[in-house]
Amino acid sequence: MAMLTVEDLKIYYATPFGHVKAVDGVSFEVREGEVFGIAGESGCGKSTLVHSLILRKPPMVHMGGKALFKGRDLMRLSKEESRKIRYTELSIIPQYAMNALNPTKKIKDIVWDLAREHGHTDREEVERLLRERLKMVKLSEKVADMYPVELSGGMRQRATMVVSTLLNPDLLIADEVTSALDVTTQRVVIELLHHFMREGIVKSIIFVTHDLALLDKIADRMMILYAGKVVEIGPTEEVINEPSHPYTQLLLSSLPRMGIQYRKQKLRGIPGYPISLLNPPKGCRFYTRCPYALDKCPSEEPKLVKVGEEHYAACHLLGGEDQ
Amino acid sequence: MSELLKVEHLTKVFTSGLIGGFEIRAVDDVSFTMRRGEIVSLVGESGSGKTTIGKLILRLIQPTSGRILFEGKDVLKFSRGELRRNYYRQVQAVFQDPFASFNPLHVVDRSFHLVFDSYFPRLDEGEREKLINDALTQVGLNPDEVLGKFPHQLSGGQLQRILIARALLLKPKLLIADEAVSMLDASTRIDVLNLLGDFRDKYGTSVLFVTHDLALGYYISDTTIIMYRGTIVEMGDTERVFHNPLHPYTQMLLESVPDLNVKWEFRGIEPEKEEGAVYSIQGCRYAPRCPRVKEKCFNVRPVLHEVERNHWVACHLYGGE
Repeated sequence: MAMLTVEDLKIYYATPFGHVKAVDGVSFEVREGEVFGIAGESGCGKSTLVHSLILRKPPMVHMGGKALFKGRDLMRLSKEESRKIRYTELSIIPQYAMNALNPTKKIKDIVWDLAREHGHTDREEVERLLRERLKMVKLSEKVADMYPVELSGGMRQRATMVVSTLLNPDLLIADEVTSALDVTTQRVVIELLHHFMREGIVKSIIFVTHDLALLDKIADRMMILYAGKVVEIGPTEEVINEPSHPYTQLLLSSLPRMGIQYRKQKLRGIPGYPISLLNPPKGCRFYTRCPYALDKCPSEEPKLVKVGEEHYAACHLLGGEDQ
Repeated sequence: MSELLKVEHLTKVFTSGLIGGFEIRAVDDVSFTMRRGEIVSLVGESGSGKTTIGKLILRLIQPTSGRILFEGKDVLKFSRGELRRNYYRQVQAVFQDPFASFNPLHVVDRSFHLVFDSYFPRLDEGEREKLINDALTQVGLNPDEVLGKFPHQLSGGQLQRILIARALLLKPKLLIADEAVSMLDASTRIDVLNLLGDFRDKYGTSVLFVTHDLALGYYISDTTIIMYRGTIVEMGDTERVFHNPLHPYTQMLLESVPDLNVKWEFRGIEPEKEEGAVYSIQGCRYAPRCPRVKEKCFNVRPVLHEVERNHWVACHLYGGE
């Protein structure tokens, strides 16, 4: 069952030079019970995409398309309505989660403010839940009575994750939550997310990252974005092991992995740089860097073509004119 | 390969607070050597002291104690003039944030001219231009695309290549690359990393590759040094350290790295181990977090010893002393 269905979503940034087409006609769905990964390099639109689901503010402009979340279009919700569903139905862990908590309030007060705003009236009940969740992530219950600054980085990371999931949101968005972390702390975050899913605290997760190796460990399905467009989408294992789009293939082959050393086998990056999103080409946005570009690539936009069960890629090389 | 750099008992203590303040032993009794043409990865998490070591070698900060020998000469005894005239001709650095390394008010060409003014003041315009063009071409840039541009008009990957081109203009004997590719996207990162390898192959430049990214360290380096809270816990031949990690910290670190070739088991949430006053521990700094800790570990600092050829570990589990 689909938890979130995004259809032909277009999110642009208004600039004096015109619109930057950061997310340009993106469609996908996130199902109940899955971790959905969104990957891409800087400027691909992954962060814009998920943030537009929560809060759109200038210069971000919604130029078209829908994002149906449990039947409601997130693009049409009023401020009041979107505030209401935040934390209870849809929650986001921001990129710098460690510093996201108000430093002047105790953890239990931060949580109480949040719960009260969403209609909770029993403070004791909320605090009991908080302590239970703190224990679940192997933190001391005493953390509830502490200020965020009293916690070490690793503890704050756990506390923030407890706060953003306390009201059992159906869909949790994690936007580059691990990029600034040490690998050992990153590992803890991944374990926590996995645990939240297994315990049914959250029903689905959108995990946004630039790190494909990490997605490989946690995502059930994944989507690769390039310059505001979906280039490939499918079950994680298939995308990683049998990538269909030249961009996905080249990106994966540029990643270092155990057993590959410069002395013995040189990896290659992708030559060139992404195109400007102010005036993107009509056709494929990757054609400037693609070693297999055809005559029609600059002018004709490739549609997503089915390459496997639930696995799609947008490339003219894969044929399929009318999907 | 002969010895190029020797670091002996290097220690840097930062103090905080005026009276009765606390000490951070950012680098604590660190010794290692680098040979000519060797690429050494200095790997560690935040707070391990890896960047401080780079800065100490560059003489950007003064050590509390210890020696740094470059070609047998004591770097700490160099005067400012000697540093500028001699040392920095042979030891260059590239840092993490390429945008912070350029003056935003000047076109990028200026960074090359500063090098010429300092080291080759007699070169004329034509010669300078030729050297710049050669250097840029070598790092895979088209000079027409980057010269005359301001830093904000170029991408991080392009800027980092320019910085490497500039550092390599001097054909230094040692390049310190401190998280030099961490800010770059995966698709451009590996090519910049390859450049470091190419230069070593061509000119015999040694590289101290300071990184938190184990996969990158594994890919590029001959020797790996693993640091934890200011101390070296393990070092040696890169293949041996990665395929036969001995120190419990190294083992845990390697298990935490997501790798496309390695499967992961979810093992549940483990408690955050309190580190407390880690710098006041007499013994092993990793003791409070170590799953195989013994009483001795808190009291006696384990010293590095060679467990197999060119593979050193500082851990009581492997005997030594």
